[in-house]
Amino acid sequence: MRPAWAVCGEKMLELLIRFCGVSAIIFVLAIFFFVFKEAAPVLWSKNFKLTQFLFSPEWYPTSVSNVRYGVLALIVGTGCVSGLAVLLAVPFSLGAAIFVSEFCGPKLKETLKIVIELLAAIPSVVWGFIGLTVTSKIVQQVTGAPVGVNILNGGIILALMCVPIIASISEDALKAVPDTYREAALALGATRWQIVYRVLLPAAKNGLLAAVLLGVGRAVGETMAVLMATGHAVNIPHSLLDSVRTLTANIAAELGEAPAQSEHYRVLFLTGVLLFFITFVVNVTADFVVRGIRKK
Amino acid sequence: MKSPQRSALSRETVSGSANRFTATPFVHKKVRCEAAAKWIFFGMAAAMVLPLLWLVSYLVVRAMPSLSLDFLLDPPLRGMTEGGIWPALVGTVYLIVVALSISAPIGVLAAIYLNEYAKENWFHRVINMAVINLAGVPSIVHALFGLGAFVYAAQFGYSVISAALTLAIMTMPVVITSTREALASVPRSFREACWNVGATRWQTIKSVVLPNSIGGILTGIILEVSRTAGETAPIMFTGAVFYKSVERGDLFPYHLTDQCMALSMHLFALSTQVPGVKPSLQFATAVVLLGVVLLVNATSIALRVWLRNRKKW
Repeated sequence: MRPAWAVCGEKMLELLIRFCGVSAIIFVLAIFFFVFKEAAPVLWSKNFKLTQFLFSPEWYPTSVSNVRYGVLALIVGTGCVSGLAVLLAVPFSLGAAIFVSEFCGPKLKETLKIVIELLAAIPSVVWGFIGLTVTSKIVQQVTGAPVGVNILNGGIILALMCVPIIASISEDALKAVPDTYREAALALGATRWQIVYRVLLPAAKNGLLAAVLLGVGRAVGETMAVLMATGHAVNIPHSLLDSVRTLTANIAAELGEAPAQSEHYRVLFLTGVLLFFITFVVNVTADFVVRGIRKK
Repeated sequence: MKSPQRSALSRETVSGSANRFTATPFVHKKVRCEAAAKWIFFGMAAAMVLPLLWLVSYLVVRAMPSLSLDFLLDPPLRGMTEGGIWPALVGTVYLIVVALSISAPIGVLAAIYLNEYAKENWFHRVINMAVINLAGVPSIVHALFGLGAFVYAAQFGYSVISAALTLAIMTMPVVITSTREALASVPRSFREACWNVGATRWQTIKSVVLPNSIGGILTGIILEVSRTAGETAPIMFTGAVFYKSVERGDLFPYHLTDQCMALSMHLFALSTQVPGVKPSLQFATAVVLLGVVLLVNATSIALRVWLRNRKKW
C-alpha cells in the first residue's frame, strides 16, 4: 500500500498538469481580454467612428483641432509589404523545399535543413538592422529611389524572413506524402521532375497552402523589421518605391508617445485587436486546410 | 546515334536505363526537363543559403573595428556613442533566466498533459488551436497584452518581471511543441510495460517517459532561449529602456522591479534613436546578438543530432 500523502501528492500534481494543459487557452483569452479591455472605452468616444477607423486613410491622432483615426493607409501598407514579401518568398521557398526533399542526397539534405533552421532563428531586429543599413543602400543604388527604406526594401527583408518558415513547413508537407506514391510513379518510368509536378504537388497541395498561409501570418505580424525597413510615411502608396507604415510598426512607433489611457493610446490598442483578429483568422484557416488532408 | 552529350544527360534520369532503348523525342524532352528542373531547384535552394552566408560575413567584416573583449565588458559611454554593451548583455541574460523559469515548467507540464492525459476530442483540438494561435499572435500584440496586463492591471510597473512574463507567454509554444514531439517519440510499448507492472500514470511518466525524452525537451528549452534573446517588440513597452547606468563587469545590476537594458533593444536604439553612433558599433552589437542566437541554436541542433545517433530504439 502506498502512503496516503503519496497518493494525495500525485492527485495534486495531476491537477497541476491539467491546469497547465489548459493554460494555452487561458493565455489566448487573456491576451484578447486585456487588449480589448484597454481599447474598449474608445468605441463610445465622440471623436471615434468605426467606419472612419476602418475606411479613412486620414491618421491624425495628435491633431488639436480635428482628431481623425483612420487606419486604411496602414492596412494598405501592411497589405503591400506582406503581399510583396509573400510573392517573392513563395517560389523560392517552395523550390528550396522541393530540392531539399526530392533532389538532393542525405548529407546535403541535413546541411540545408540546418541552414533553414538557422535562418529562421535570426531575430527580427537584426533583419530590421540589415534592412536599414545594407539592403536599403542597395535598393537606392539599383532603382534610383530617393529613399532606400520603402515597400521594396521592406518586402525583400520580409521575404528573407518568411522563406525559412514556408520552406520548412512545405518540406514537412512533401515528406508526409507516402513513399508508395513515388515508387509507383518511378515504376512507370517518370523522372523526378514529373513525379514532383504530377504526383507530389497535387498530393501535398493542402500542406503547401497551409505553409503559404502561415508565411502570410508571419509577414502580417512582423513588427521590428518593418518598423526599421519600410520608412515612416502614413500614406497610400502609388509605387513600389514609396515609403509606407504598417499596422504593427504604427503601434510600435507611437505607443511610447501616447499618454496612458488617452484616446490615442486606446486606438492603438484597437489596432492591436484588429491585428489579433487578422492573424487569428489566418492561423485557423491554415489549421483547417491541414486538417483537410488528414480527413481524406 | 548516341552523342556523348545525350548519354551524359540520360545518366541524370532516375531509371538510368533510358539509353538502352532508342530514344524518342519524348524521352529527350523528359531528360532535358529533368536536368533543368534539378538546376532550377538547386538555384532556389542556393538563393536561400547564400544570403545567410553573405549577410553574416558582411556584418562581421563591418563590425571588426569595434569587436573586442572590452566591447563586451564596458558600459555605453558618451551618450551611447562609444563604449560597449555590458548592461544590455546582462539585461538579456536576466530576461532569459526569469522568462525561462516561468515558461519552461508550465510549457513542459502543458505538453505532458497534451500528450499523456488528453483524449482525442474537441477539447484537445481547442487546446491545439490555442497553442497555434499563441505562436501566431504578432509580437506587438503580445507587447500590448504585457502593457495592459502586467504593467497596469497587475501593477508590476515597467520592470524586468513584466517584460519576462510577456516573453514567457510569447515563447511558451516553442517549448510545448518541441516537448510534445519528444514525448510522442517514446514508443507506446514502453508505457504499456510500465502500466502492466502496476505503475500509475504519473509514475510511468516520471520513471519511463521523461528519462527517455529529456534530451528532446532540453533542445526545445534551448531553442526558447534563442527566441527570448532576440525578441524586441514585447519588451519595448514593458520593461526595457534605452539606457541604464551600470558598472563595468557588474554581474547583478538589476532588481526584478527595475527596468533593464536588453541586447535587442540596444541594437534598435543604436540604429534608429541615437545620432552620431560609429557604424562599427552598431554592426558589432548586431553581430553579438546574432552570434548569441545562432550559437544557442547550433547547440540545440548539435544536441539533437547527438541524441538521435545514440537512440536505441
